[in-house]
Amino acid sequence: MKAFAPIVLVVALFAAVPLVVHSNVILNFLVVALMIALAGQGWNVLGGYGGQYSFGHAAFFGTGAYVTAILQVRYGVNAWVGFATGIAAGALVGAVIGALTFRSGLRGSYFALVTLAFAEVLRISASVAPITGAGVGTLIKLDLRAQAFQFQSRATFYWISLALVALSLLIAKLIERSRFGVWLVAVRENEDAAQALGVDVATVKSAAMVISGAITAAAGCFYAQYFLFVDSGIAYGTWISIEVLLTPIIGGVGTVFGPLFGAMVVKALGEGAQLVTGDAPGLDLVVYGAVLILVIAFMPRGLIGGLAQARQRLMRRPAVEVHHG
Amino acid sequence: MCHPPLPASILVVLSPAIIIPAILNGLLTGAVYALVALGLTLVYGVLHIINFAHGALLTAAMFAAFFAYQFGIDPYVAIFLLAPAFFAFGYALQRVVIGPAAHGDDRNMLLITLGIAVIIENALLYTFRADTRTIDVPYAFKSIDFGFTFLAVPRLVGFAAVFAVALVLWLIMTFTDTGKAIRAVAKEKLGAELAGIDVAHIYAVTFGLGTACVAIAACLLIPTYYVNPSAGNAFVLVAFTIVVLGGMGSVPGALIGGLVIGVVESLSSLFLGDSLGQVGIFLIFIVVLLVRPSGLFGARA
Repeated sequence: MKAFAPIVLVVALFAAVPLVVHSNVILNFLVVALMIALAGQGWNVLGGYGGQYSFGHAAFFGTGAYVTAILQVRYGVNAWVGFATGIAAGALVGAVIGALTFRSGLRGSYFALVTLAFAEVLRISASVAPITGAGVGTLIKLDLRAQAFQFQSRATFYWISLALVALSLLIAKLIERSRFGVWLVAVRENEDAAQALGVDVATVKSAAMVISGAITAAAGCFYAQYFLFVDSGIAYGTWISIEVLLTPIIGGVGTVFGPLFGAMVVKALGEGAQLVTGDAPGLDLVVYGAVLILVIAFMPRGLIGGLAQARQRLMRRPAVEVHHG
Repeated sequence: MCHPPLPASILVVLSPAIIIPAILNGLLTGAVYALVALGLTLVYGVLHIINFAHGALLTAAMFAAFFAYQFGIDPYVAIFLLAPAFFAFGYALQRVVIGPAAHGDDRNMLLITLGIAVIIENALLYTFRADTRTIDVPYAFKSIDFGFTFLAVPRLVGFAAVFAVALVLWLIMTFTDTGKAIRAVAKEKLGAELAGIDVAHIYAVTFGLGTACVAIAACLLIPTYYVNPSAGNAFVLVAFTIVVLGGMGSVPGALIGGLVIGVVESLSSLFLGDSLGQVGIFLIFIVVLLVRPSGLFGARA
């Protein structure tokens, strides 16, 4: 149980925030950051633990968002059922892409490209297909009732996004401690060696992609309910794919808390840059890009790894001095 | 959009008077695609990574060509300024940023090129806003009458220039020491290093050559195309397809692949409309990746 204590602590701390903070602006900021953290955890399962760097996770995010929205708007399905179906659809898309790419043995740059291409095909298709509302997008009708998965209070949305993030942290921790997690890390570190040791590489990677797709799709479903609007440029857009990989890498790739930490830092930096520049777009994203490169260059294990290293160095210093003395 | 196709309209579209110009125009567009793809495949062949900053570099070069014209420099003259300038820029990017920051890990290199793309694209967006800009050269709408069809002069110039660039690249690769060193590093990095080749330098030269290719492509595009902070992306997504189709790292593959994709795009937007024409390209891309990842001309998977 001790292994799960940090998760309980962090989630409890986050859960207390709306009791103290009543500003809708701050809560809105946190909800969006938590949503990105959730999507980033999906990427982290496949990219962080499995070493398969996807450049098209928008494929899952967008699928979750569209399935949730379309089921409600066009088929009158209950929002909660739509939400669950959206997650399942994300898992299914993960299974299909995983089966196609990993069976053909695509890795590295090839894998990055093929995931990007899938996201683009979905984006272009969604921008012309009548069922998605084509270029106009799909609008979910305002209906502020719990059974419609819509809430008057920001705090309720906040706790729901936090619950989803908590679940994703738990999943990451369980994967880390399982045999499956060990296989996944073995594939990341050396795929050929893992295969030689009897790991079924293609199946392990495909399974990771299914879990990854489901988690990132959940963030997409949440997006649809929170903003009540989905269009192809947002849901399947390149920017989602980038943001989703940015957060775990900046926070700490292949760690349980990396995506959450990264999302908070990235979003705070973005807000900070926007405060400085006002309405002019672009500068916040320049900051993201620069932070990404700096983290890779100077903290290969992300901010979490960097902090751990700094702490170790601080604790070791007296001993070194004694040794010299 | 979903109306049943009329037999008469199909007959019109299928007539040679429409198809042949569509194919020729596709070839002309495809040549510029090929040049963009050439830069990408060159970098892949040596560094074994896809350069995600390629599109942003193309956009930056298009802005450079645009502003060169504001100072009275014709885009075709600007080639001789921008190609060396972007070579130097690409060299420095690889030598100072990508190489040192990646710690020798391919996955890090991918991410860093992505980071560079995000920085360049948004720095341009921040500086120049999302406005679309065009230049007004006197020859933009000139065309030559070939009897059965008209072809635009800027596109013909582009077509010729691309083959000139390919020839120059081939000469560099075949006859210069640097070219031989590039080929050696591409084949066997460790062996080349042991033979005394400065791999970091060769990586940077290759990246510089790839960047010079987009600078030239930008100068060829700007007379008839527009520029805004995301203008380069459309070309690079197509270039990804070409590189995969032609075989990653294969120079002839990029040239032929570029021409093929140019024609496919031209014909599919004739039959399917513009946005679905794009889907056609991506479907080709995915199918080639899945069925024959080594491409049509590549030796390795």
